[in-house]
Amino acid sequence: MARRIAVALPTLLLVMLFVFVLQRLLPGDPLLVMAGEERDPAVLEELRKFYRMDDPIPVQFLAWLRAVLGGNFGVSMRTGEPVIKLVAQTLPVTIQLAVASILIALAIGIPMGVLSAVRKGTALDYLANVISLSGLSIPNFWLGIMLILLVSVELRWLPASGYVSVFEDPWQALRTTIMPAFVLGSGLAATLMRHTRSAMLEVLRLDYIRTAYAKGLLRGTVIYKHALRNALVPIVTLSALLFGQLLAGAVLTEQVFTIPGFGKLIVDAVFNRDYGVVQGVVLCTAIAFILMNLVADVLYILINPRLRTA
Amino acid sequence: MNGAAAVYAESKAAAGSGRNRAFEKFLRNRSAVAGAILVLLFVGLAVLAPLIAPFDPSKTNFVALRQPPSLTYWFGTDEIGRDILSRVMHGGVASLYAGVVSVLIAVLIGVPIGLVAGWYGGWTDAAISRATDALLAVPFLILAIALAAALGPSLVNAMIAIGLSQVPIFVRLARGQTLVVKSEDFVEGAHAVGVADAMILARHVAPNILPPILVQATLTVATAIIAEASLAFLGLGQQPPAPSWGSMLNTAKNYLEQAPWMSLSPGAAIFLVVLGFNLLGDGLRDALDPRESG
Repeated sequence: MARRIAVALPTLLLVMLFVFVLQRLLPGDPLLVMAGEERDPAVLEELRKFYRMDDPIPVQFLAWLRAVLGGNFGVSMRTGEPVIKLVAQTLPVTIQLAVASILIALAIGIPMGVLSAVRKGTALDYLANVISLSGLSIPNFWLGIMLILLVSVELRWLPASGYVSVFEDPWQALRTTIMPAFVLGSGLAATLMRHTRSAMLEVLRLDYIRTAYAKGLLRGTVIYKHALRNALVPIVTLSALLFGQLLAGAVLTEQVFTIPGFGKLIVDAVFNRDYGVVQGVVLCTAIAFILMNLVADVLYILINPRLRTA
Repeated sequence: MNGAAAVYAESKAAAGSGRNRAFEKFLRNRSAVAGAILVLLFVGLAVLAPLIAPFDPSKTNFVALRQPPSLTYWFGTDEIGRDILSRVMHGGVASLYAGVVSVLIAVLIGVPIGLVAGWYGGWTDAAISRATDALLAVPFLILAIALAAALGPSLVNAMIAIGLSQVPIFVRLARGQTLVVKSEDFVEGAHAVGVADAMILARHVAPNILPPILVQATLTVATAIIAEASLAFLGLGQQPPAPSWGSMLNTAKNYLEQAPWMSLSPGAAIFLVVLGFNLLGDGLRDALDPRESG
């Protein structure tokens, strides 16, 4: 475990260096944008001092590193709000969407993966594969547009956009979240299905499954209690990968459904040339991702009995 | 001939027949062939677009604004009267070009770095692997958005951004494959008969790690096409009025009530071409990977 953390730290440092370099590559002088129409030289000078633009670049990097380690991820160059506050405001929105998407993905992906592994080579297996490959190939923003067209414009069943917190109005929250969550969840479901299928195929070949059948256990018991439980172990290691897929998908899904979440924060920041926010958001994402990897490693050890004593 | 040299000569001869068997296996795989046909169809449409597209893709026609699909305009017209079919055909160029070029960028940068990491090991490997982890820690699309924003919105910059974001995938793959090939008899044989490192890497290691890289590259073209469309959809790719599927969808989403057909064909085109590359990649993997048989 300590070794895993020891590897994660230099990775994190490299991410920070990378984000910093990226920031330096940005075109134009962001200070001119911030200083507004008048571009008052006094204001410009103050901003320059605030961002330490006159210091050598390594000094700027160290100063920034120190600030980040102290929990200061920078400020929005537009509104002056701390990035961490903007992230904290938008994150719950995206988490609500993400949780709903994961539930949908699990509900579709795992049963489909199990079914197609158990019925390998049948028409059902073939159909499941066609569905999952389509799920991987369909651009999720287009799927979102098509659903809005069908469900909101034609049938007028659900609102096409907006966000309501589940803690304020659960019914409205469900109505606004279900469509984007399906859009975001379908890609995840496809990935999950493919991995569940191959993990199940591996496990179903093993001797202990044959033993379970030989003991006279029911097919369903063997598949769900014996096989699936072990097949799910390697799938946990996927969670970090799925997390990345989820965040990237959220950027587009939130754009299509006008949801004021984390993804929309970064897109808006890009268009406002609010580099402070872009930098902070990329950094937050990377830190979360590295943490996710650590959590996945720990979970993997916890749920895998063979590794528990090690 | 001594042992090492014999193994070395034998392995060179065996490579040819394996390739034919893989090709036959590929042709027997119906979904792989379907994928290849889809890809070829879209490449054909894009290349021939200037000759066969019914209209000029950027010619506006103010007496035919937002016309639904008809015999004259098969896929309808857009908000300023441009023919959508012609725009979809021409837009294919941007998507396919972006898909292939960005993957080429990723392969040409990533594979040599991965080869070096896998071959030399030690500190070189540790440094390269940490840098790869760091890049992989940022989700691909977010990295591409940040890079495209830094470079400025254009098709070329989108390709560079997507390509750079995909470099770590190929570094990791090439490194892993090199580790496998490195311990094979014929590489050790070449080493034993005194072939130089650079020569072994170029002549013996690189060709042998090629099949999995080809498979990954094909599947990555699919991802890259979606990524280019996504960037264009966000306004960070091909700039209007030049046609691209992503930017057409960006406009179309504002006319869902008045002109729903505007969003149908560009999205369907992305879906089909990406499906084609995914089927093709899966088929290549089945044909080239001996473990996947059966």
